[in-house]
Amino acid sequence: MDFMVFQYPMISVQACLDGVLLGILFALIAYGMALQWGVMNIINIAQGDLVILGGYIAYFMYLYGIHPAWGVIVAPIIMFFVGIAIYKLVINKVVDRDLFISILATFGISILFMQLMNFAFGADVVLANSDYGTTMLFNNNVVLPNSKIFSAFISILFAICLVIYMKKSKLGRAIRATAQNARAAKILGVDTEKVYAATFGINAALCGVAGALISITFTIHPYMGLPYTIRSFMIVIVAGLGNLPGVAMSGMGLGVFEEFADYILGTEFRIGSVFLLLVLILVYRRFKLSKKREYLK
Amino acid sequence: MKDNLILYIGILIFGIAAPFIFPAFKVQLSILCVLIVLATTWNIQGGEMGYNSFGNILFYGLGMYLCASVQVGMFFPLAEWTESGGEKTFVHTPAQFFQGMAVGLLVAAIVPTIVAGVIGYSILGLRGHYFAICTLGLGVAAGEISGGIEIIGAGQGFTTPPFPDVGSLDSRGEFFYFLSFFTLVFTFVAVRSIYSTRFKLILNAIRDNEDKAEAMGIETMKYKIIGWMISAFFCGLAGGIMGGLVGYIDSTDVAFDGREMGVFMVLMAILGGKGTLWGPIIGATVFHIFKEGFWTFFLGWQYVALGVLIVVIVIYFPEGIMGWLREKYPERFGEVIDEKDRKAQVELK
Repeated sequence: MDFMVFQYPMISVQACLDGVLLGILFALIAYGMALQWGVMNIINIAQGDLVILGGYIAYFMYLYGIHPAWGVIVAPIIMFFVGIAIYKLVINKVVDRDLFISILATFGISILFMQLMNFAFGADVVLANSDYGTTMLFNNNVVLPNSKIFSAFISILFAICLVIYMKKSKLGRAIRATAQNARAAKILGVDTEKVYAATFGINAALCGVAGALISITFTIHPYMGLPYTIRSFMIVIVAGLGNLPGVAMSGMGLGVFEEFADYILGTEFRIGSVFLLLVLILVYRRFKLSKKREYLK
Repeated sequence: MKDNLILYIGILIFGIAAPFIFPAFKVQLSILCVLIVLATTWNIQGGEMGYNSFGNILFYGLGMYLCASVQVGMFFPLAEWTESGGEKTFVHTPAQFFQGMAVGLLVAAIVPTIVAGVIGYSILGLRGHYFAICTLGLGVAAGEISGGIEIIGAGQGFTTPPFPDVGSLDSRGEFFYFLSFFTLVFTFVAVRSIYSTRFKLILNAIRDNEDKAEAMGIETMKYKIIGWMISAFFCGLAGGIMGGLVGYIDSTDVAFDGREMGVFMVLMAILGGKGTLWGPIIGATVFHIFKEGFWTFFLGWQYVALGVLIVVIVIYFPEGIMGWLREKYPERFGEVIDEKDRKAQVELK
């Protein structure tokens, strides 16, 4: 336990700013999860592994001398097709089955991806150095890497583009219609199969963007996927489905929580605290919901 | 019933004779017994109750750590033991070892049961996705947290007490084989007798329609907690045995190994057939043979194989081996298709 963070207010400011910038990235991943959850009623455990895969695409561009920031454009394009391939091979067979089946199937995909990435890219922790420098704030007491600001900016940009696309385009309308009522949408001539594939592809593309940004700002490792899945799941259940401002807010909240947990409990408990927070939120949710239940007296 | 009795006696005799027939496979057979225990007890709440948990690994790991800690802590200072990293500063005498093991297993079974009761009260109200992900989180959180606790070895692991020198070289393998085999027999008898009571029907009612079960006057919460506690009891016991068998406990790779054991128990139960008595047993046996083959011939690619295996089993065999047999030979399962009754039912609809 280390309470230095409360004695020196500048550290708190640092933690808050770091947390918010990190949280925006989490929110982007969570938005993808909310999308597929809402449309297909699937929880994708492999979400985090798609993120890491996107990160490796940016990292590879960096290895071959291309600036990793271009990964933000290349990764989603590749990941979109990866997503569609996963949908065609596995997800379309579990879409309308038991909930647990889809969780287990995506868990299998997650293990598969983890290990394939381990073979392909090695088990080292890597990062793609962007050389963006740092920004000093508050009399040089708070240090912000420009790459974090860049990644937050790009995430917001992508989120806005996606929201506009969902509102205005034909496919966006079809996706929203399917989310509301798949059967009715089918009757009215929406090709739901195509909509599902597109949704999964868009989700994978979002993961690709987030992964590329994570490889620039933080580090990536083949086994780091599951925490991202859990974070996005947590953000979605706190915010609720289809509530974009809520997703953004709870994403930032989670980021700030993590930074503070990192300072107070120590880095070795960081991931543990995320998982524990998930359990606590679910327990809180259960007791809150059970109060709402009505009994006949 | 008479056929079954002969079958049971046959299996019992085979089980007792197995380590002498296949002396090279003693460790594998003991692991198989532990796997069967895990799959069978996962099936109590996963298959019969319909609460699919990834978190039974929590009780397994807890039992493993508790059994080893008690076994060491009863006679020697625990902190120094873990710090020395398994060097032979302290040596258990045979009497100390077996005493410690007995008390350790008892603690390893009881504490997880209580933990399951407490956690179960908080999270068994969750349903579907939420319960599955919550238990997944629990398992991973336990692994991450136990990896940061110094007294049980933190990141460097915990060496369980080595088996004492009691004469012959084979006695370690035989001791652990018979320990796990009799745990398996105990589990099987317990689970079988549970399945012949009203309790099982209540669990099935919860699985089929929980709201309706509650409306019929069943206190579903109470039974769900009891179901999970039974599961936790045997998981803790299995974990304690496995800790002694492996000889080394690591927080994320051995004890709270959600990526291996945590998925294995779910997979074995599904492969054999959820919600049947024999399904998990058959599933575990088939899975273990399959896995050992894969692990030996595809060394390095085993997780790739595991991932593909999960996807294939889940997509193509969600009913499992027992479900397939049942569809093929319904009369063997005591399902008599009465034409008159069937017609009456059709008319009712």
